[in-house]
Amino acid sequence: MGIETKNLQIKYGDKLILKNANFRVNNEEIVTIIGPNGSGKTTLIKALSRYIKAYSGNIYLGGKDIYTIQTKKIAREMAILPQVKHVSADITVENLVSYGRYPHLSFGKRIGKDDKDIIHWAIEKTGLVKLKDRYIGNLSGGERQRAWIAMALAQKPKILILDEPTTYLDISYQLEVLELVKELNQSLGITVIMVLHDLNQAARYSDKIYVLKDGEVCQYGKPNSILQTKLLKDVFRIEAHIYEDKINDCPYFIPHKIIEMSIID
Amino acid sequence: MIKSRKERFKKNIIITIFILLFIASFFFSLGNGAVKISPLGIVKSIIYEKDTVNYQIIWNVRLPRTIVAALVGICLSLSGAILQGIMRNPLAGPNIIGVSSGGGFFAFIILIVFPQYYYLVPIGAFIGALFATLFIYSLAWKEGALPTRLVLAGVAVSSLFSAGTNALMTFFPDRVQGVLGFMVGGLSAITWKDVRMILPYAVIGIILTLFLPDKLNILMLGDEVATGLGIRVEKTRFIFIIISSLLAGAAVSVVGLLGFVGLIVPHMVRLFIGSDYRYLFPGTIFFGASVVMICDTLSRTLFAPAEIPVGIIMSALGAPFFLYLLRKKEAM
Repeated sequence: MGIETKNLQIKYGDKLILKNANFRVNNEEIVTIIGPNGSGKTTLIKALSRYIKAYSGNIYLGGKDIYTIQTKKIAREMAILPQVKHVSADITVENLVSYGRYPHLSFGKRIGKDDKDIIHWAIEKTGLVKLKDRYIGNLSGGERQRAWIAMALAQKPKILILDEPTTYLDISYQLEVLELVKELNQSLGITVIMVLHDLNQAARYSDKIYVLKDGEVCQYGKPNSILQTKLLKDVFRIEAHIYEDKINDCPYFIPHKIIEMSIID
Repeated sequence: MIKSRKERFKKNIIITIFILLFIASFFFSLGNGAVKISPLGIVKSIIYEKDTVNYQIIWNVRLPRTIVAALVGICLSLSGAILQGIMRNPLAGPNIIGVSSGGGFFAFIILIVFPQYYYLVPIGAFIGALFATLFIYSLAWKEGALPTRLVLAGVAVSSLFSAGTNALMTFFPDRVQGVLGFMVGGLSAITWKDVRMILPYAVIGIILTLFLPDKLNILMLGDEVATGLGIRVEKTRFIFIIISSLLAGAAVSVVGLLGFVGLIVPHMVRLFIGSDYRYLFPGTIFFGASVVMICDTLSRTLFAPAEIPVGIIMSALGAPFFLYLLRKKEAM
């Protein structure tokens, strides 16, 4: 399933945060949104996840206007892991994952055997079998993030949206989370949309990258076409050298220096 | 929604203990007073010894009072448990949505300015509580009512109403005596009429909470996660706020400003049973009822024949516990 925006504008108060964003994610793609702080990445993600309303323009989920679909129905197609999540420390992993079944339950109905099977499948998929009875409060950051992903998986979504899934994690956990996301994309065909801060990781794990700057989509395309010295200079204010990572078959860069604001302006 | 077997077993045991405590408190409350009556005597007098003095005492005096104490405990604690969940704020209680201050202010207007209409106090307090809640909600609204804004608006509006209450007390110093009882909250002079007043709300509250724990559990995960799981966050939060306002408003209208119940009972229960609302709700119902029944019994027996308002007992027990909670942060 794909998702698409047409001339999407978002306002916070009087301020236009997202200007005329045209954004398109095709079925089974991994698309990463990058851009400097304040460029509107999270705003775009929040709009896609129907958490904030569009000021104008449209969002289409599988070709249908997202505001015309019942929110619970959307939750059966699309799972979201925002940056800000709360969970009481005394909830077990299995319990957290089971919330993913909520959109599939009708009012007052309890969890059935099928739901339990899906919960266990999600726990297995994310490698949490041994931890399923542990309290969330006793998990490491990486394990906790996997538990959230398991919850999203239990929704049996066709689209998974992740806002900075690697923030605050050690490098090994970052890779672990991204490898998991990639694996879910490849084995289950889940479309993935995520925001990443690490451009090298974005280049390595994405089919397509969208670059946002000042609330506008300034460029998009395959990692090779995005990770270019000019773009890094214009958008991220860094001078960098681009290399090729032969093992992972993707470009990567090493930044050398920051360019002063005044020079670009 | 799923729970491991061991945990389920443990939590069911705790609920069972709460139920036993509830039954014990019920008989403790009915049996104690100027005349002590044994549990057996209580059962006998209710069922067949209908022309005895005991029957008069139990049926006309203690039973309505005990039932109201239990219902008030249920209403206030459920209200607090819901609010702490939707605000994701351990300090939230019925007072945060203006129930106490709004209900109190309206009641004071009647008691102080129009004392001849004293019988309108319950309905006035109830309306005041609902009005204050809606007022706070509309103030906090800005493309949605975020918990932090609700809490801040609640604090502001509450102090506004308190100022009004204090102003009234300054203008009519001679009538302050009559409102003291309402202010600290008390269960003296409760009759079957009061039972009928509060019962429907308590029943509705209990029924609703049986259907809503999953929604509340999910709201606890944060607005964005809840949206992602298909919950209409604003609508759900509004419904919960109205339910808690109804519950607490009904309680305030019958017994006055009973402090701390709505704040501490959910906390105590959470310490025992965790923050999963499927257990927290039933735990809160039985424990909240027990706490108020016990405190009320103490309030009328400790210094008998004098009776101290139950609000004082509650706060005297509640405040130290609250300080203890602040020190032991992992409680929330």
